[in-house]
This record gives sequence, C-alpha cells and structure tokens, in this order.
Amino acid sequence: MLRAALFLLLIASPVAAQEVIASLTQNRVSITANFDGSEITIFGAVKRDAPEGDEALGLVITVSGPNKPVLVRRKEKQVGIWINADAVEVDAAPSFYAVSTSGPLREVLSDIDDLRHRITIPRAIRSVGAPMGIADPESFTEALIRIRSKNDLYQHNEGAVVLEDATLFQTAVALPANLTEGDYKARIFLTNAGRVISQFDTTIDVRKVGLERFLFNLAHQRPFAYGLLSLFIAIAAGWAASAFFRYLTSRA
Amino acid sequence: MHIYLPIAEVSVNAFLLLGLGGIVGVLSGMFGVGGGFLMTPLLFFIGIPPAVAVATEANQIVASSFSGVLAHLKRKTVDFRMGGVLLVGGLIGAALGVQVFNYLKSLGQVDLLVTLCYVVFLGVIGALMFIESLRAIRRSKRPGARPVRKKHTWVHALPFKMKFRTSGLYLSVIPPVIVGILVGVLAAIMGVGGGFIMVPAMIYILGMPTKVVVGTSLFQIIFVTAFTTMLHATTNFTVDMMLAVLLLIGGVVGAQIGTRIGVTLKAEQLRIALAIMVLAVCGKLALDLLLMPSELYSLGAARGH
Repeated sequence: MLRAALFLLLIASPVAAQEVIASLTQNRVSITANFDGSEITIFGAVKRDAPEGDEALGLVITVSGPNKPVLVRRKEKQVGIWINADAVEVDAAPSFYAVSTSGPLREVLSDIDDLRHRITIPRAIRSVGAPMGIADPESFTEALIRIRSKNDLYQHNEGAVVLEDATLFQTAVALPANLTEGDYKARIFLTNAGRVISQFDTTIDVRKVGLERFLFNLAHQRPFAYGLLSLFIAIAAGWAASAFFRYLTSRA
Repeated sequence: MHIYLPIAEVSVNAFLLLGLGGIVGVLSGMFGVGGGFLMTPLLFFIGIPPAVAVATEANQIVASSFSGVLAHLKRKTVDFRMGGVLLVGGLIGAALGVQVFNYLKSLGQVDLLVTLCYVVFLGVIGALMFIESLRAIRRSKRPGARPVRKKHTWVHALPFKMKFRTSGLYLSVIPPVIVGILVGVLAAIMGVGGGFIMVPAMIYILGMPTKVVVGTSLFQIIFVTAFTTMLHATTNFTVDMMLAVLLLIGGVVGAQIGTRIGVTLKAEQLRIALAIMVLAVCGKLALDLLLMPSELYSLGAARGH
C-alpha cells in the first residue's frame, strides 16, 4: 500500500532537479479518553530528473508541536532550605520535538544549514537573552531539553530514517501520551553532503475529540456551568456511595 | 489502563487514581479531614500540574465530605448550628485567602510559602495533638484517675453566647467565627479543606466533644470546598472533571469504609493516629526543603505578558 501511494506521488508531482516528496500515514491524531500515545509513519521518495550521480544524499525529518514560552526555574540553597532562586524565560520552545536522521547527524547535516533551518533540538528553541545577573543562561535551556527528553517530548533519533537505494525513505515517530493540542509541523529535508537541497512541509492535526473535546470546551466557554456540573457530580457520587453502603449494612 | 485528562493534558493510570482516591477517602472518613493535605502533594508527585491538582482536589473533597457527612447524620453527630457559625467565618476567610494568595503570587515564591505553611502548621498541630493524646491514653490507663474537668477560660467570658445543644456547649459565637476565618484563609492558600486545622481547633479551643467534631468539620468543609471549586473553575479553568470523577469514585467508597472504622476506635487512638499522619506529611515536606533535589531545575508556564 505504501509503495502504491509512493508511485502515485511520483507520477503526480511536477519535474524538478532533486526533490523530496513525502506523506504521512495519518494527518490527524485524535486525543480520546484512552489516548496512550500514537505512532506516525512518514514515508516518501527522492525524485530526480537526471540519473544518479556522485552524490551523498541524506534525510533529516523533524516533527514539532506548537511553540510556547516556558519559565525555567532553578533551586538554590538559601538559609538552609532549597528554594526557587533564578528563573529564565525561554521565549519559544516546542511542546514536542523529534529529529530523525538517515545517518550520523554531522554527516547528513552541516552546522550552517542546521542553524539556517533550526533543525536540531537546541536550535529549535528560541531564547532571547537572559535577565541580568544570571551567569549561565545556557544551563537553563539545557535543563529544559533534559527534562523534556526524559518525558519523551524531545527526541533525537539518529539513523532512524531508512533510506533505500537512495530513493525511498521511511521513518516512524512515536508521539507520547502527554501530548498537547495543536498543529504539529513535519519537515522533511533532503541533504546532499550536508547541504539542504530540498524541503517538504506538512502538518499533523492533533486534536482532542469526543468527551475530551466536550469537557475542554465546556470548561473554557461556560465555566460556571462546568463548575456547577463538577459539584453536582461530586454530591451525587457522595450520596450514591452512602446510599449503597446503607443498603449493604441493612441487609447484613 | 491509561486515561487522558482533558484539562491537565497528561495521561495517567486510571487504577492508580482510583487507589489514591480510596486510601485518602478512608482517612477522610476516619478523621473528618478532607484529605487534601495528603492528596494534593500526591497528585503533584504523579505529575499533575499543581494548579489543576489544587483545583480538582477541592472538587473531590466535596464528594468525600458529603459522603462522610451522610454517615454522620445517621448517627446524629453533626452540630449544624456550630457548623453554620464556622461556615460564616470559613467563607469570609476563603475569600480573604484568595486575595492573599494572589498578592503572594505577584511577589513570586508562592510555592515556597505554601510549603512553609504546610510544614509549620502540620508540624505544630501534629506535635501538639501527639503529646496531648499520649497524655490522655496514659491517664485512661491509670485506674482511679479522674478525667480533667473542663476549665473556664477566656473563651467562656466573651459576649454573644449561643447554645450548641449537639455539642453540649454554651459559648460565644466569636471564637468559632474567628476559627472559621483563620481556617478559611489557610484553606485557600494551601489548597485544602482545612480539616486538619479545624478538627484540633474544635477540640482544643472550642472544647467540643470529639464525637461531634468529625461530622461538623466535614459539614462545613463541603461548603468551603464547593466555594473554592467554583472560584477555580470560573477564574483559572483548572478543574479537571475526568480527574475528579476518578478520584471521587475511590474517595466516596473509601470515606464510607473510613467512617465505619472510625466508630470502632477510641477517641484517643483516633487522635494519635491523625497526629502521626500529620507529622509524617510534615516530615516529608520538610525533607524536600532541606535535602538537595535531584533536579534543580523545574519548568513552569511563563508569566503573562
């Protein structure tokens, strides 16, 4: 099925020099009540109008969640207790970020192009200057990456893209269960000797659906009704448990 | 089985939540505390964002307290009059507490102040209760020793006296209102029902019989936490109904079991058990402040621009 789709992709697109074409197994991720993470397969092909020459093709694929500012705090020992002392605000950090490459990172992607396209994790995070008096602002960004990597929110998968005959490629990106809503951007870079020669962008729509959607909307659009409903459920559950136990003891 | 929480935006094990709710529910029914002082730190620990944990916990306490109160109503161990007076103070206090909380938030360091509040209050109350109940147990073991008569203190000299028949007290309304306000303020700051402060205050300051204290405390906690839930739901949108339902299913069942265990225990034993629990939580929080954390950095939502 994958190959049939690839074939269609190949014949449908206009001719250019070396070009990358890609597609996803799904463009939508639905967060349902029992959402337990999801896996997205990104596949595609390298299209060329000239025969294969003396080239060193590589692929770098990134998937990123919505960018949000994050406040990173650091604890320090003061008067014997550990308290939050310094804080640095990172202006924009993706809520999720995965980089997959077809080979060792520096072989498939040059430092300059990494910088230009903001591809690797530290480059994807934007931090404009720390407040005065903080000597080591970069350690805050490092901590952000460390904490999110531990939760599988930031992934660095070197060599995870399978490239067959320098033409067909495929990779799978695991989305963890702790996902936030939004438009996730997938970028596929085709590189030759470390230089980006073609780019293909697509989006993945990550949305809450069903009960999750209903509760989220109610909580934000009609908070008063939502609050009352929460209280009603609480009171009803309290009463039901009490009535049930009374019934049990009256029978015993 | 994992469940995705729509407001907290995290995925957690449903059985873990049911179990936590159950355990805290049992304690709640036994001691007449809402259980918030245990549950809120536990929710932080399993990765629920603090703001959501505090707000949702308030909602869950409504359920377990209501379930507990119904059990106490059957045994006529709720002093409605006293509960009402305490509640008046409690609501005033909660409204004040929210103001204090917002003021502290504007200064930063609100987390630290909340933790310090916990350590100081849990520590002092736990220690006092522990010593007092040990003495009471020793007294009851010595044959022939008379129970100490209730002494008349300044509390009995105040005006606006009212008869509290269920508690067997003839007392000014001023102390209970003040107790209510203080507990309300602390409850709003610390994100708990305040039972662990209310129960000892009723026993030691107001001199209420232990038997009545639990039901009455639960009765007024229902209203204070309902008020807090509405405040959080309408201003911060941080009440997670899915999380609340899972916690309260465990909680209400636990509360019923807890109330039944509570009747079979002696008042002194009940008090000493509560004291030990309060001290344990206090110790854990104090250690967190004193020991070097394994991760010095923490992530938070950026301040509003």
